[in-house]
Formats: sequence, C-alpha cells, structure tokens
Amino acid sequence: MADTNEKIASLVGDNDVVLFMKGTPLFPQCGFSSRAVAILDHCGVQYESVDVLQDMEIRQGIKAYSDWPTIPQLYIKGEFVGGSDIMMEMFEAGELKQLLDESGAAKA
Amino acid sequence: MPMRGEDIITAIETALPGAKVELTDLAGDDNHWAARVTAEQFAGKSRVQQHKMVYAAFGDKMGGELHALQVTTVVPT
Repeated sequence: MADTNEKIASLVGDNDVVLFMKGTPLFPQCGFSSRAVAILDHCGVQYESVDVLQDMEIRQGIKAYSDWPTIPQLYIKGEFVGGSDIMMEMFEAGELKQLLDESGAAKA
Repeated sequence: MPMRGEDIITAIETALPGAKVELTDLAGDDNHWAARVTAEQFAGKSRVQQHKMVYAAFGDKMGGELHALQVTTVVPT
C-alpha cells in the first residue's frame, strides 16, 4: 500500500497533467473516462494517462489517495482536480482551460 | 443488483437533509444515473468537497452497487 501511494505520488508529481482512467485515450473502457479524454483533447493539452484496469493496486490506491470513490480522476500539478463531472463543469465555465494554462502544461 | 432510483434519492436526502434531488435515468436501464442536487450545505464548499458530500451518501456502494452516477451540485440562490 505504501508502495502504491509512492507510485501514485511520483506519477502525479512527475507529470503536469495526469488522468487516471479506465482504458486508454484511444480506447476508453467507460463513458465517464471517455468524456474526460474528450475534454482534455478539446483543451489541446498534453497529458499522461494511467489505465487503472491494468493495475489493481493503483485502481484501489488512487481512490484512497484522493479520498474520491470513482474513476476517472484528473490531477494537475500534483493536485486532485476532480472527476469527469467536475471537469465538465470547469470546462464549460472556462476554468479548466485557465487552470491548464496556468499549470504551464505543454500543448498537444 | 443495481441501486434503484428511489433508493438513490432517499440516500442523498438522508445524507443532506433538505436537499432537492432531480434524478435522470441516462440510459433507460436503471443503472446509469444523473443526479442534480441542490443543497444549502454546499455553500462555501469547493466542487470537490460538494461532490464528496454526495458520494458520502452511498458509502462503499459507490462504484460497485451504484455503477454510474453523474453528479451536478448546485447551491440554492
């Protein structure tokens, strides 16, 4: 468990934008993950994605890490931002783009 | 067994007394839901905190018995 936490901490620490999701950006395995990918793609930003279906420890560990029960989960600059509903709300309000711009994340 | 719609509403109303819950069956399969929750308790809380308050109503059913719940939180004006 401690190892999983460290692994997650380094994933979100080493990458400006990280999406924990079910499946991959090309082949999302869940409607919510698919929506999260579409939002990030629309923002035109580069991001690291982690397929939790490939790693049971991360799949459980990420929920404890953020105290958030569902996947997908978006992290920007190491901070938990939210799931796909919050991403959509922030996207529609222009806040997500602003947060991504401020993070200095590379453009896709 | 997926959670029934009325049970979802009851769980949220119990966790957040006075909340208004509008539930939509997204896929017509009693398994993919959208809840729009309006509650005084959300005032002054961040989005993440507001959503956590809704998720808390379901304990460990979230992501299991309750497979898919889209959440929108609203502070009453």
